[in-house]
Amino acid sequence: MADPIISIRGLKTAYGSHVVHEDLDLDVRRGEILGVIGPSGTGKSVLLRAIVGLKQPSTGSVEVFGQTLNELDEEERANIERRWGVMFQDGALFSNLTVLENVMVPMKEHSNLSPQLAHELAEMKILMSGLGPEAGPKYPSDLSGGMRKRAALARALALDPELLFLDEPTAGLDPITAANFDELIRSLQQSLGLTVFLVTHDVDTLHATCDRIAVLGEKRVLAVGTIEELRKFDHPWVQEYFGGPRGRAATGN
Amino acid sequence: MTAAVSPEFALDESDEAPRLRISGDWTVSTVQSVDEALRALKATGPVILDLSNLGKIDTAGAFVLDRTLRTFGGSAGTVGDHAVAESVLAQVHAAHAPPTQAHKADHGLVDMLERTGRSFTRIFGELVATFAFLGEVLVTILRFVMQPWKLRWTSIVAVMEEAGLDAMPIIAFLSFFVGMVVAFIGATTLSDFDLEIYTVELIGYSMLREFGVVLSGIVLAGRTNSSFTAQIGTMKMRQEIDAMQTLGLKAMDVLVAPRVLAMLLMTPVLAFVATLSGIAGGVAVGWMALDINPSVFIERLRTSVPIDQFWLGIAKAPVFGFVVSIIACRQGLNVGGSVQSLGRATTTSVVQALFAIIVLDALFAMFYMEMGW
Repeated sequence: MADPIISIRGLKTAYGSHVVHEDLDLDVRRGEILGVIGPSGTGKSVLLRAIVGLKQPSTGSVEVFGQTLNELDEEERANIERRWGVMFQDGALFSNLTVLENVMVPMKEHSNLSPQLAHELAEMKILMSGLGPEAGPKYPSDLSGGMRKRAALARALALDPELLFLDEPTAGLDPITAANFDELIRSLQQSLGLTVFLVTHDVDTLHATCDRIAVLGEKRVLAVGTIEELRKFDHPWVQEYFGGPRGRAATGN
Repeated sequence: MTAAVSPEFALDESDEAPRLRISGDWTVSTVQSVDEALRALKATGPVILDLSNLGKIDTAGAFVLDRTLRTFGGSAGTVGDHAVAESVLAQVHAAHAPPTQAHKADHGLVDMLERTGRSFTRIFGELVATFAFLGEVLVTILRFVMQPWKLRWTSIVAVMEEAGLDAMPIIAFLSFFVGMVVAFIGATTLSDFDLEIYTVELIGYSMLREFGVVLSGIVLAGRTNSSFTAQIGTMKMRQEIDAMQTLGLKAMDVLVAPRVLAMLLMTPVLAFVATLSGIAGGVAVGWMALDINPSVFIERLRTSVPIDQFWLGIAKAPVFGFVVSIIACRQGLNVGGSVQSLGRATTTSVVQALFAIIVLDALFAMFYMEMGW
């Protein structure tokens, strides 16, 4: 059994008096694609933020690569940060840099690549994420929402991370682009042994990419398992999710 | 994490088909060390890639290999087993586009003329747009004057508090110190002639006529103007203005008119406060440094500085407030989609407002002089 790359124990996060998670446990195994689903407002994105250290947990521990983030000094943390890539929901590209420069930022910061090689690699990542070469010199404000997502993916992949966090990567994309996206994530995961933490609402994405799925709800993880296992799981929301018209269409049942 | 083994390669040309043997880890953190050597390789024709000693590979390493193979005229197959290398190579190979044409550099006389022409038409367009905006604002305000029940009093009062009341302490503070400085200068120069008492006239004329209103205008340009531009610009950036339009709300009515009206009302108040506290600064210096008793100071001010001076000064205030808020709103609505354009608009807004205040004040001074006021 693969060792967990992310291990969350007894996590509690809160904004003021509003508790988002309480006593939440979750393991992500090395090399898998874990989909995280749940009704809107159950803290899927907050969980992602807690894992990458953007949201300080009230209690509980979050271990990534076997290390607890909050206990690390700056240098150790930087070492960890260069081993993961994060793609935010609306891209979060630096708006004063072009797409190409955006992708080059992590390379400049965290590697010894020469500007020429970094430039070439960034162009390759942009093509890989499904954008045309003409997108490189454009600014994020000149791109459509879908193109911004792909540029954000290219930036997340800039340093060939071992661990990739994706926050709703296919939301707002047309079905064909979304399917290409799924395929890209899947093939990257297979060829590079990536571990992917995927927050999504898209049943098709779950079906096409995820090895396991975690269902968030009632401030904790309700269930973790494959689609088949979850289909049998007795919880009204989960049943509705996979048994509803969209869920049935995606899984072909 | 095990330490990375530095990548190495060797080109073996002894066989009929040349072989490129690679070993070590070819990852983003190591591949720089072989990049230049690989670029320097002379093309021999298609090569066989020998992967038997390859350690780790990621897309960066694969990219460098793929680029090298391309310059060699393609791959003649691979030998040796590796868990992932071939799929990564295939993936990278698929993501390739012919290098794009470099942008033509701008130089030469024709280009310079072109740039000059463009700048000129842009400045001209900017001028026209400013007047168009001014006209639109005036029409909107006139409409509101005819139908005052349509005014958004809540936002007007909110802006009056935020941009007026909250600015009062800083304006009073600044003006007090400027009053002190003017009084000190007056005292040192006038004491040579034993005419210290004329400091009162100096303070009176300068504060009532110029400094009170110009100082408040300058503080407004720095403080209120930038905040208006940033507020409206952020709304523009997040498409809130577009959303308003689709809901049947006009940015002109909802955002611009309340701000302009609130400033029109508040600037005279601010100028009044600035004038008072400037005089207070003068009184303080007179009392401490010149032994002019405050009651003597005030009495002399009343008799020797006509009240007309106050009206001449305060009359400029609404004009300043109007111009400053119009510049702020216009620049805010000019913001595009990026953070950069927001920064640029805010800077332009403050610079234009300061410029406008100084120029307008000079025009006022000329006008007053011609009128003999």
